[in-house]
Amino acid sequence: MAETATRSKPASGGAGKTRRNGTRSSGKRVQTGANNVFSGESPDTLRDYFRQMTLIRRFEERAAQGYTQAKIGGYCHLNLGEEATVVGLMSALRRSDYLFTNYREHGYALAKGIEPGRVMAELYGRTSGTSKGWGGSMHMFDVDSGLLGGYGIVGGQIPLATGAALAIDYRGGDQVVMCQLGDGTTNIGAFHESLNIAALWNLPVIFVVVNNQLGMGTTVEKSSAESELYKRAVAYRMHGERVDGNDVTAVNEAASRLVEHARATGEPALLETVSHRLKGHSVVDPSKYRSQESVDAARAADPVATFRARLIDSGVLDEDGAAEIERQAQADADAAVAFADDSPHPDVSTLFDYTYATPVANDSRRLPADPVF
Amino acid sequence: MGQVTMAQALNTALRDSLRADPNVLVFGEDVGALGGVFRITEGLAAEFGEQRCFDSPLAEAGIVGTAVGMAMYGFRPVVEMQFDAFAYPAFEQITSHAAKLRNRTRGAVELPMVIRIPYGGGIGGVEHHSDSSEAYYTHTPGLTVVSPATPADAYSMLQEAITAADPVVFLEPKRRYWTKAEVELPAATEPMHRAVIRRAGTDVTLLAYGPMVATAMEAAEAARTEEGRDVEVVDLRSLSPLDEDTVCASVRKTGRAVIVHEAPVFGGYGAEVAATINRRCFHYLEAPVARVGGFDIPYPSPKLEEHHLPHTGRILDAIAELQWEEDR
Repeated sequence: MAETATRSKPASGGAGKTRRNGTRSSGKRVQTGANNVFSGESPDTLRDYFRQMTLIRRFEERAAQGYTQAKIGGYCHLNLGEEATVVGLMSALRRSDYLFTNYREHGYALAKGIEPGRVMAELYGRTSGTSKGWGGSMHMFDVDSGLLGGYGIVGGQIPLATGAALAIDYRGGDQVVMCQLGDGTTNIGAFHESLNIAALWNLPVIFVVVNNQLGMGTTVEKSSAESELYKRAVAYRMHGERVDGNDVTAVNEAASRLVEHARATGEPALLETVSHRLKGHSVVDPSKYRSQESVDAARAADPVATFRARLIDSGVLDEDGAAEIERQAQADADAAVAFADDSPHPDVSTLFDYTYATPVANDSRRLPADPVF
Repeated sequence: MGQVTMAQALNTALRDSLRADPNVLVFGEDVGALGGVFRITEGLAAEFGEQRCFDSPLAEAGIVGTAVGMAMYGFRPVVEMQFDAFAYPAFEQITSHAAKLRNRTRGAVELPMVIRIPYGGGIGGVEHHSDSSEAYYTHTPGLTVVSPATPADAYSMLQEAITAADPVVFLEPKRRYWTKAEVELPAATEPMHRAVIRRAGTDVTLLAYGPMVATAMEAAEAARTEEGRDVEVVDLRSLSPLDEDTVCASVRKTGRAVIVHEAPVFGGYGAEVAATINRRCFHYLEAPVARVGGFDIPYPSPKLEEHHLPHTGRILDAIAELQWEEDR
């Protein structure tokens, strides 16, 4: 499954800004699905993909556990079933590239290079978390690794990512912005506004629709008149394509190609990855709306299990090697939990910090026990 | 010295800010070639080029969100919402991202950006084009909300808003765009967060901002000539933060307060000012704090807006009801 939307883009006028020159690489078709053929990745790279995917799997299992133990507040959306997509996408980015995501972003934070302990501590609402415990599950933020936010509101991140790309365009840097969003988000107005702006002004941003085929409990077919979401790009004369989100190498090939093209030319693109959610929308969602068929299909396509089998079949890993990676991933996830558990909660005195950069007169900074006047 | 309109003062403030800092960018709907519906950005694209002042698509969420993304990267975007109610499609970007990102990231990013909004009625502009939307923004911690009332303040406050570290909702009283004053630009008035006394008086304090300051000044003069009352007028200038000290010093002196705004009274910004006065000046008050505002209706048609908007007669009526000694 590697489909491409028709695309014919004229020279972009945009806001009259200088554009980088470059030529588009030829879109290489990749073999996808369960097979043993890898398209040139080194065994080390493949093993690293497996290591990262396994870490995300174990991390998310521990996150679910922490949520049911009431260690984690707020809401908690897991990347279970999307590990291949997450790792394939993140491996296409440099650390200096910017990433904006929706609220299902724990795996992205890990794969972008943030220590698991800091990610888990953010889930636990502790001061050692990426946002000092204020962001929680949905609002990871780490300037150093280029993660400019998980966003807890559907579509909120898309104009921001577009603005970051506009800023890069102004500064003349060679960074690229990746903006991850879900399938349901393609129906939000900000999606249309942002893709139009990005194409009009020729901005280096890759919009990635992670199509897990369910917007909370509503299927793509029930919510989108054009259910092949990558085709939305046509309306903006933008390149669009779809890959199998269960295939880490296919995702990485497509993402790398689009990212490097954007880096060279500043041109945006829309990439759709198709995969499954193994669990509910969030940890508390029992997914009663879901058919047994859909659940079975998701389990059969489990990207971690299928990739493990591919690696062993092709001789990249043996059973012991795979088990060692899994043991280490479990240890890393457990260590992240221990780190989070040992970290302090934010102090109530920090309630008033950071609302304004400039101290203001009516920022009362009063707590209930303080005198009123 | 020369006669300068508020529109010219704003235009000059943008021009001087663009000149002073290469990180300042102006964009929005029709702000480039057209120079904006109210001509506030006239000539900027020609002078500074399309890199610095450019037209955006009709996409308010896209405009504000893009500005947030650029501000995260160190730019100082100044975006224009064409009319007050045109900003509502961008409401999420303003209230959920511009206002909260600094807090959400515990100071990892700052958002020095200005959202300029021509606001309020009085120009026969009908619904969507005449809203007083200030309370939506003042109710959102993280936003600074200001409104100038004079050409000198328009210049000085817009410049200060552009250099501020926090996102500023800059409410421009569109009915006063063509008000002229003797001003020497560049003008430096009081800091943006401070309220000022526009007219000193001893009997009652009129509190107003933006478009209603001129109305309050007219009413104060009428109160003197018609009723013999000595009215003090406070121009709040900044709605969030509110300069409580200046407000309370005036009310403690006069013992009576009337808040005037165009917005509907119910849930309006005046309620916050009244609560502040009650909290801090209770023992100084001779009468309950009064509010004069628009009626609790959607903005009416042009032929009826003169009744909806506060005017001298309604303000004098409110003053007359402040339990004066002779009435007791």
